[in-house]
Amino acid sequence: MSAALLVQALRQPASVAALDGAGWNALIAAARAERLIGTLALRIGDGPVPEPVRRIWADARREAERETRQALWEADRAAAALADWDGPVVLLKGTAYAAAGLTAGEGRFIGDLDILVPRGAMADVEQRLIAAGWEWVKQDPYDDAYYRQWMHELPPLIHRDRDRMIDVHHTILPLTARQKPDADAMLAAAVPITGKLYILSPEDRVCHAAAHMLADGDLAGGLRNLWDIHCLLADADLRKLDARARRHGIAPHVRQAQRLADALYGTGKARLTLWDRIVLRRLLARDGWGGESRKLLRSAFYIRSHWLRMPPLMLARHLLTKWRKGHRPG
Amino acid sequence: MKHHITIGIGPAVFRVGSAWRDPIDRLASLYAAYPVLPGAIADFSVRLEPVSPLRRWLRPSIFITGDHGLAEAAPMSLAHGLLAAEMGMNLQMALGWRRHLLLHASSVEKDGRVLVMTGESGSGKSTLAAQLGERGWRLMGDEFALLDLESGWIFPFPRLVSLKNSAIGVLAADVPEQRMGPLLAGTAKGDIRHLVPRSTAIDRMEAGGQPALLLFPRFGGDADIRPVGQAEVFMRLTQASTNYVALGEAGFRALTRFVQNVPAHAIDFPSGEQAIAMVEQLWAERA
Repeated sequence: MSAALLVQALRQPASVAALDGAGWNALIAAARAERLIGTLALRIGDGPVPEPVRRIWADARREAERETRQALWEADRAAAALADWDGPVVLLKGTAYAAAGLTAGEGRFIGDLDILVPRGAMADVEQRLIAAGWEWVKQDPYDDAYYRQWMHELPPLIHRDRDRMIDVHHTILPLTARQKPDADAMLAAAVPITGKLYILSPEDRVCHAAAHMLADGDLAGGLRNLWDIHCLLADADLRKLDARARRHGIAPHVRQAQRLADALYGTGKARLTLWDRIVLRRLLARDGWGGESRKLLRSAFYIRSHWLRMPPLMLARHLLTKWRKGHRPG
Repeated sequence: MKHHITIGIGPAVFRVGSAWRDPIDRLASLYAAYPVLPGAIADFSVRLEPVSPLRRWLRPSIFITGDHGLAEAAPMSLAHGLLAAEMGMNLQMALGWRRHLLLHASSVEKDGRVLVMTGESGSGKSTLAAQLGERGWRLMGDEFALLDLESGWIFPFPRLVSLKNSAIGVLAADVPEQRMGPLLAGTAKGDIRHLVPRSTAIDRMEAGGQPALLLFPRFGGDADIRPVGQAEVFMRLTQASTNYVALGEAGFRALTRFVQNVPAHAIDFPSGEQAIAMVEQLWAERA
């Protein structure tokens, strides 16, 4: 299993010295599939690696630098667009880690710009972003209404010139999820990076990453999310973290994230539950070519992700609407 | 994956895996003259997978993916497995290559100087390059020209030439049968046959050269030659590059240098023979 190789290489960079050609190929394919190639390249470095891998590392580092540059520019543009709105722009996920210079941001792939603003300010923020050139991606009225009624974010907006997406969040989990994190408390505890741009407190960063990974979604990209958590935990005060997680109603998720991060990237000493072991099996479901393995388990997690998001009746209605519109599960 | 092969083409090493044996056998036979590198560390992995488990056996249908893939890639029939493998390798280059500025262009070399030809699919750039490659030029590639970010040289990517429709007959007349691949009839782009470049193209696939002339060929219409201004060349080449944006400032510098130093012409031609004559004429006249 190549995902296991990837985890091993991140945990113990010296372990790559034992790899042969096939081993390197499997490691690189898994790292690309999990979008951890930049992280891996920085973590392992040029020392113990053969020449062809050095070239791949150089590509990955250059790509990561570009990611960072582009992400910071988008954050800067968003800050400029919201300059006359009287509130902090809290950066989330990759952009936040890069802007604050955190270990979790080193070599990280950064997709969209994610920001968190108070729910009451959504209309103001939306209007200013649109004035500055962001446009709707989802033209479908059902999708649009669905986002506005049930999601924790605006429907995604894309910038017409730069082709980059922004997700404007007012909390960190869909409103349909069972857990109700305290977004106001998160905003209140956020710490400034620049005058306008903020990042969540160290404990809230872990809460957000754990909620995102374990209370929402199907664990796609889970190894990367868990690497974030592993890095973020180093800056968190564990006692405060526990209190904070309870306040947000996601203590079990945060504790599980800690155990999983320890199992894959840490000491490996944490005691695992049966459910932890199932999640780990799903996280490591990659073959030696970077392809998806354990298809049934993957499907089960995909179905679960919908279950987590919606009560059964609502889910049935949602699936029916989507089916009528011609959507079929991948 | 069950069946696989590792091949070097120009500066890149590809590991191609397939759920079926046939595409790999065909690759092995057509790429026999290229470096085949079992166990080598590859720059890219390509995977030819069944679109669903059932479609491995029942009306086999290939989903092309790899390190870099497109979710909406159209499935392909197993009968076109060779084409699928080629497309998979092109996809990796187009989406993943960062060591050169990648130009969607054909290129040929003579006396260490390189002629680059770019244009839309169907412009004739690929056929023209293949023909020149049989007439005293060294074929450097029919699909991608690699512009070095430091030296400004063009480097080869001499994969198999993909001949389409009427181009098949044109080249088959020039080329011994053993350098031609099987006819793939009825693909999304019509009939396709692959051509193995001459041995000099493969033996010297790491040797670059200074770009000396850029052409925008267009098949059809009366013979015509027009100079193309630098601004237009620049715009058209940014569109012809899949990684111009990704390379950032380095890509911009390499491309401006290329545009400022390489004379450019658009050529319209009614036949391959006339195109070759026009190319030779422009080549002789250049600076």
